[in-house]
Amino acid sequence: MAKEIKRSDGRKADEFRPITAKVGVIPNADGSAMFAFGKTVAIAAVYGPRLLHPQHMQDPQKAILRCNYDLLSFSVADRKRPGPNRRAQEISKVTEWALSPVIDLKEFPSTVIDVQIYILQADAGTRTAGINAASMALAQAGIPMSDLVCSVAVGKNDKTLLVDLTKEEEDYEEGEGATDFAVAKPANSEAFSLLQMDGKISPSLIPEATALASEACKKIYEAQKAALKESVTSKNSGEKTK
Amino acid sequence: MKNEINEAHEAIEGISTDDSNSVNSESPERRPIVPGEIIVSGEDYLPGDGARREGEDIIANRFGIAEISGRVIKVIQISGAFIPRKGNVVIGRVSDITFSGWLADIDYAQNGFLPIDDSPRFINRNEMDQFLAIGDVVAAKIWSVKSKGIDLTLKGRGLGKLESGFIFRIIPSRVPRVIGREGSMITLVKEKTNCQITVGQNGWIWIRGEKTDDQIRARKAIEHIADQVMVSGLTEKMEEWFENN
Repeated sequence: MAKEIKRSDGRKADEFRPITAKVGVIPNADGSAMFAFGKTVAIAAVYGPRLLHPQHMQDPQKAILRCNYDLLSFSVADRKRPGPNRRAQEISKVTEWALSPVIDLKEFPSTVIDVQIYILQADAGTRTAGINAASMALAQAGIPMSDLVCSVAVGKNDKTLLVDLTKEEEDYEEGEGATDFAVAKPANSEAFSLLQMDGKISPSLIPEATALASEACKKIYEAQKAALKESVTSKNSGEKTK
Repeated sequence: MKNEINEAHEAIEGISTDDSNSVNSESPERRPIVPGEIIVSGEDYLPGDGARREGEDIIANRFGIAEISGRVIKVIQISGAFIPRKGNVVIGRVSDITFSGWLADIDYAQNGFLPIDDSPRFINRNEMDQFLAIGDVVAAKIWSVKSKGIDLTLKGRGLGKLESGFIFRIIPSRVPRVIGREGSMITLVKEKTNCQITVGQNGWIWIRGEKTDDQIRARKAIEHIADQVMVSGLTEKMEEWFENN
């Protein structure tokens, strides 16, 4: 990244928006977390392992992971019709796939682990924020997992690679237009558990894009780690006020 | 004494009753750990519960507090749902009667199974509800945890059907705190309130006392303890609490 790129919010090309991570935001859940990329805010709640109904979905060898991603109706500028739609179903499924490699589902046969992800504010990158929140929530729920999952979107405006696009950047139309390339990976591994792309990108740029994503994921991992550890030590200060 | 305190509780209790420094500080003995994080490196250590070995490193398999005891390293769960372990005392509610035993809801994905052979006296198979009917609350110990289900037993001190009194629930991860080191906390509550109390590892708590006021006081005390997660020297503070409440 030799040339300095000017982004409308003053970020560098490889910089993501300011992130906020917090664990234990939903008292009734077994594990919960909030994760925000700038104006994009996601909350995730984990319930279970619990009894799975309908019974025919049960797997006697392992638990199943059931994710549900949804944009809340007030999260976008034009009110979104509440309830799941095609897009939400797709994102729920890819979130499941992004998270399942790290979770040890064999420990709880015939059960389900429910992950509910809700987007409170959407400004692009909602699935990545959702995955980050879900990964922290799963950890807090005490689910055995080999690693945390970090996720970030690498995008492209015309021919320049940018990390963590905003909605404004996603709507860029000049030149080649905008590309959105969402990535998730287990933090301490070189493998990726989610690779999705929308737009155009030349094959030669992909290694560069994944390298940018890996770098960003490292920083996101640190934030997730700090938030989880914070939840241990601040427990008493948080609850004393109750 | 109605509580069976097994090693597992004591191990967990060690963390929560100890002065909070032990948790906050970055001492190698006990510190918060996230999944995938390297706890220690070296051939000298063995991975215990919640940890695995990858080459030189011992890596956490879950979120919790890493504890190094001798050569063994384990990660103790500090949050989340109740996960049954062998030897846990739980309180459950009978949800079904089968030909060979009772099923009890113990707040987990699977029901606990209490075989008929396990009851302390002979029971006619046609009249199983004479001993435990659907809806009855029972304190039982987990005999085994298998993928097929959880087997319970009533053999042990303080186990069996719970009659009169009432039950309420707290967050399962706070149970060790309520029991206290070697049962010190729960003994204090029992002494101060003259109530019989059974604490299940699944967060269900049963209280029976002669006076309603005593029972309510005991419940308030336990809920207060469950709220104070990492306050140091809570047993002493609770003595004070009993003066004022």
